[in-house]
Amino acid sequence: MEREIVIPGQLLSENKTDSGPGTYVKDGNVYSLLYGVKNAKNKISVIPFSGKYIPSPGDYVIGTVIEVTPSNWIFDISSPYDGLLHVSEYPRRVDQDKMTEIMDFGGSALLRIKDVSSSMKVELTMRERGLRALNVGRIIEITPAKVPRVIGHGGSMVSLLKKETNCEIFVGQNGRIWIRGKDGEMDLLTEAIELIVKHSHKSGLTDRISLFLKGGDDVVSEKDEPFLKDDLAKDAEDECEIREETYRKVDALLEDDG
Amino acid sequence: MSDKPEKFIDENGLRLDGRRVNEMRPMKMEIGVLTRADGSCYLEWGKNKVLAAVYGPRELHPRRLQKSDSALIRYRYNMAAFSVEERIRPGPSRRSIEISKVSREAFEPVVMTHLYPGAVIDVFAEVLQADAGTRTAAINAASMALADAGIPMKGLVSACAVGKVDGQLVLDLDKPEDNYGDADIPMAMTSDGEITLLQMDGDVTQEEFKKAIEMCKEGCRQILEMQKETLKKKFTKLEEVEISDDEEEVDVSALVECTLASEEEVDDVSEDALGEGATGDDEDLEDSDIEEDLEDSDIDEDLEDSDIEEDLEDSDIEEDLEDSDMADEDAEGDEEDELEESFRNLEETDIPEDDKEKIV
Repeated sequence: MEREIVIPGQLLSENKTDSGPGTYVKDGNVYSLLYGVKNAKNKISVIPFSGKYIPSPGDYVIGTVIEVTPSNWIFDISSPYDGLLHVSEYPRRVDQDKMTEIMDFGGSALLRIKDVSSSMKVELTMRERGLRALNVGRIIEITPAKVPRVIGHGGSMVSLLKKETNCEIFVGQNGRIWIRGKDGEMDLLTEAIELIVKHSHKSGLTDRISLFLKGGDDVVSEKDEPFLKDDLAKDAEDECEIREETYRKVDALLEDDG
Repeated sequence: MSDKPEKFIDENGLRLDGRRVNEMRPMKMEIGVLTRADGSCYLEWGKNKVLAAVYGPRELHPRRLQKSDSALIRYRYNMAAFSVEERIRPGPSRRSIEISKVSREAFEPVVMTHLYPGAVIDVFAEVLQADAGTRTAAINAASMALADAGIPMKGLVSACAVGKVDGQLVLDLDKPEDNYGDADIPMAMTSDGEITLLQMDGDVTQEEFKKAIEMCKEGCRQILEMQKETLKKKFTKLEEVEISDDEEEVDVSALVECTLASEEEVDDVSEDALGEGATGDDEDLEDSDIEEDLEDSDIDEDLEDSDIEEDLEDSDIEEDLEDSDMADEDAEGDEEDELEESFRNLEETDIPEDDKEKIV
């Protein structure tokens, strides 16, 4: 598959039917809209290196309550737009005055986006199995553009992370990841996720992470080895230089003495 | 006006700073310099130093400014108080407000604002050191910062200026040329050649103006190449860039369902564990803990062996390797070491204690 870093305005194809997400068509040619990596499978799309999460119906997200109104919880979903969860979208019937008991300002929840209007009014729902308020665990934030890498092909990466760390994981498509487990395991998982984000453009990511989780610091040492070698080579060179210099000086001194 | 140069272009056709008439000042740029911003760029162009930051798209307050069908772009051009010899009064001035406006309009045709209705994209361009042509430098930096922020754009925007000195058109004016020249025409252009900003002060003939536009376009093309190069080289340091086959195609919903389903199971288990104390799961965990402990202690022993009292594993390994190298070299080069030491003694009047021992 052809992979290439592209920049906004770069010509990608002369066939307008190739246009996929992250591209636009002008005069029958396809150009990139984004700074990212070109993906030329079926249609040409561009996967950006960064960017904000834009809500779309059906997405699973993790939100944080920023306001409780008489009939809605308003959630920050790390997007330019806030999400509204109407009381009727909570799995159980909730009285108005009990709303803060269920979820109060600052609380987080697993949510699904029910609908997004053209003016970007985001409606959320919790009426689905597994969606709930979060009282335990940690939330990690990553760039939404990297979420597919954390999930992996057919969920392979998430399964791996779960298996190796014994943690519960929920990856929200808005770039928030909820994890729960023992402290040490959550630390390890957090590191693994940081590693995924850092190396997200490299091949063999799943293997690398697997190695990291199983063998502790193998990945790190593997990565640092070239640097080490370089450093050593440089040091050796430096030493050579010093030695030559010393010889010269000593020679000069001997000459002086003579 | 006393320091106005007599001639801007010498008999060899070179300008005051040695450039030819159609030559730009050297430019260098770097993206991603600010970690809190969504996108950023630092740009040096001759003696100009500009820092641009992009935030957004993000929620717009006050709400009355929101545009229901597209995002608002806010562009703030500002010169730091210390950017020129005479201190500039901080805060917006007539000049900076005007430049902010025209620069914003230079970006409006390329940024896909309709994708983010009601939101705002904030662009801040801060001039740290000024030497003529700061608005064009700021636009170049802002264009890169927008790309870095992952904001969809039809193309990059590049900008440069053409001026007239000694009756001749020159590309990219520097300070004396700007201050005492006859004309200054800054221009911004999109990557497909559309002009999005054009200003002029001073006077030029129609022919000169047409020629100036052509020179500007050529300059912008050169800048665009530099911008492309900067963006592309950011990731070439990494190994082969890879996109997995699953991008876009991931059936996230199915996945989440399975995540949630198993979560509940795990929930049960962990609750059991909490209720009944040690279960099979916990024992397993303890085992792995012990293994980790063992590994740790191994490392500790290593550390003791090599007598290094540092905590960082990496540096330990490094030093270990260095030590072993040193040992080899010691074996080979005792003589030269002695020479080296004696040399040091000659140079330094105080003889270090180590050396004393050896001499004795």
